[in-house]
Amino acid sequence: MPKKLYAGIEVEVDDEGYLKDMSQWTPQVAEAIAEELGITLTDQHWKVINFLREKAAAGEEVTMRKLGKSGVVSIKDLYKLFPNGPLKKAAKIAGLPKPRGCV
Amino acid sequence: MEDKKRKVCIICAKANLEDVYAALILANGARMEGIEAELFFTFFGLDAVTKKRMDKLHTPVVGNPGLRLPGGLPFPTLLGVIPGMEAMVSFMMKKEMEKLDIPPVSEFLDMIKAAGGKIFACKLAMEMFKLKKEDLYDDLDGILTVGEFYERAEGAQIIFV
Repeated sequence: MPKKLYAGIEVEVDDEGYLKDMSQWTPQVAEAIAEELGITLTDQHWKVINFLREKAAAGEEVTMRKLGKSGVVSIKDLYKLFPNGPLKKAAKIAGLPKPRGCV
Repeated sequence: MEDKKRKVCIICAKANLEDVYAALILANGARMEGIEAELFFTFFGLDAVTKKRMDKLHTPVVGNPGLRLPGGLPFPTLLGVIPGMEAMVSFMMKKEMEKLDIPPVSEFLDMIKAAGGKIFACKLAMEMFKLKKEDLYDDLDGILTVGEFYERAEGAQIIFV
């Protein structure tokens, strides 16, 4: 299993770089993954990341529509915050598996 | 992957619920992957961007061999001719889609627009169906001729539904 070092913390990742275990995640890990993706995290980003982690912990799948209606972020802003593949990038930074939803 | 800008142009020429949703899901899914997406509605597909029709699309209940009754038995074609049957089947289909968080057409178009996708209508088909710009989805990006469609589609992958 590939391992990666983020902010001095060794985490297990899959072939595409998604964390295998969301409990290995820390906010510092998120900052480091985001930097790798060319994203500087702001409060807005954190709201999305925290929302995704809450939903994942509850075992809920997040769709674009659900996120857009959550009051956390609009779909338009989500694309600005995480350009080129917003859900996937946000999930990666949040230490979650690659999203497999179609909507 | 992100370096070479991918783009898809999706043509929707049908008004069947399943065809329109195929086009919408492909467009939205492309945006979710960071791929540029444009939708071009032509011929009967114009129903999907016609304000008074877009949220009332139906799935055919006659001549649709894929359609099943709840439980899995084939849907008898003769049942399909009963008045109201098509509306009822379409309603049930939309209910199942809602459970999967698939939005109604108007909301889906809004989502695609918010995601940076573009939506166009076909000039010739509009003339044929006597449709005016006011009849169509407010946030339309424009009305195109076939030539203009090809200009926009240069270098893109084209998908016909």
